[in-house]
Amino acid sequence: MYQRILQVKLYRNKRNSLLYGVLLAAVLLSCIPLGVNAGGDALVVQSTTSTANSGFYDHILPLFEKAHGIKVNVVAVGTGQAIRNAIRGDGDVLLVHAESDEKQFVQAGWGLKRFDLMFNDFLLVGPAADPAALSEAQSVSDALTRISGDEVLFASRGDDSGTHKKELALWSAAGIDPSGASGGWYRETGSGMGATLNIAVGMNAYCLTDRATWISFANKRGLTVLYEDDPPLFNQYGIILVNPKKHSHVNAQAGQTFIDWMIGEAGQNAIASFRRAGQQLFFPNASP
Amino acid sequence: MQEISSSFAIAFSLIGALDADLMEIVGLSIRVSLFAVGLSLLIGLPAGAAIAIGRFPGRFGLIVISNSLMGMPPVVIGLLVYLGLSRTGPFGVLGLLYTPTAMVIAQTFLITPIVIALARQTIEELNSEYAEYFASIAISLRYRVMTLLWEGRYGLMTVCLAGFGRAISEVGAVMIVGGNIDHLTRVMTTAIALETSKGDLELAMALGIILMLLALMVNLLLALIRPTESFGKKNAAATY
Repeated sequence: MYQRILQVKLYRNKRNSLLYGVLLAAVLLSCIPLGVNAGGDALVVQSTTSTANSGFYDHILPLFEKAHGIKVNVVAVGTGQAIRNAIRGDGDVLLVHAESDEKQFVQAGWGLKRFDLMFNDFLLVGPAADPAALSEAQSVSDALTRISGDEVLFASRGDDSGTHKKELALWSAAGIDPSGASGGWYRETGSGMGATLNIAVGMNAYCLTDRATWISFANKRGLTVLYEDDPPLFNQYGIILVNPKKHSHVNAQAGQTFIDWMIGEAGQNAIASFRRAGQQLFFPNASP
Repeated sequence: MQEISSSFAIAFSLIGALDADLMEIVGLSIRVSLFAVGLSLLIGLPAGAAIAIGRFPGRFGLIVISNSLMGMPPVVIGLLVYLGLSRTGPFGVLGLLYTPTAMVIAQTFLITPIVIALARQTIEELNSEYAEYFASIAISLRYRVMTLLWEGRYGLMTVCLAGFGRAISEVGAVMIVGGNIDHLTRVMTTAIALETSKGDLELAMALGIILMLLALMVNLLLALIRPTESFGKKNAAATY
């Protein structure tokens, strides 16, 4: 009985069989190798949005891959999350910018050794009208005091990233605790660097950003650099191999090859040659 | 608004040039989401049919649970799958984190409740519609389920579409378990998020336009298979 119904139905829809064929083929095609290049010998680097958003890895990785034939997969998250992911064993190399946290990571045994890799600096950006007169500030602390004093909008990363940690350290050095104003003039976005800049653009807010992201950021609109070139705004990046004794699956050999290349002559030259809008974004400073 | 028109220009020039990176990203998006839809159909159709036809203790609870799981935020699913697949998680030894397979798993979790809930509803309605017919021919349960699935195929196609739409458009889960790795786990939505955070809003929007065109094509294909409303009714009237 069921078969009779089936036949009748099939007959009536015969003209659709071609379309069914197309659909079926599409589904079958989709099932072909998904996990082919999954994992394998590829290296996983836990890194930051500030490096990834500037296009740094698009410049560096092809050079390294060409030299050593090792595929590098970069996961770009905030420094805090990158360190936590590495502690969980979900990465072979850590490339971040929060020196004291990095040293703690190594001391606790999660990483083998920390190397200085490169640096640039942070900037305070804000609306061109500059209502808090940051361009007249004498120091970073003075600049932040003007922002909190005038209660002008400030967009904070609020995501435990390297830039966020730096920002909190700067507030603390200025003797200001902005947390009470959270939701008021102090807006914690909980997002990556570029996303936070987009928000700052939308709100006409001040913001602390790293220079690399800022230079390559394409949606500046009314935002402009208002305070820069000050030693406290120094931004150091470090590179660490995750300890294979803590996580036996860590691809230590490839990881060490990557680190040796990055802190060696070829890698340091590659870092120096990375330019956006005619400007150098990262300055190599690994000690030989 | 001029960004939107220039986004369209970028979108069409990318499509016209068959940009290799774009094709790779689009291809991965489709494959991951189709695979997830296929898996969730395998799980969800029998489960939905069982809940629709069966009368067993806990059935009411299952209905409520599957209905509420439809509203599960992708980012929570992503987090759960991340914790499971992370090296220190229970399935860490498989080394699946940051692979397309991990993305398929996350999306399968995401859309299976949708398939179960919608399939249950479709089949339940048909089942009560055909109740007398089934009673009159004393059909076995297996044939009953198969007949209902076949008769409800157009309704179930909408279920597939809903699942596919949810899978291909979500970003929260694949971002966490895939890691948005270039040439490995980057899909349309994570690429859009990345370009947005680079401040390249026009390229991000262009990718969004391409994603919408893709959805349009999938829907068009299914609309061609499905008979029109009046045709469907005539069909039903002629048979019964």
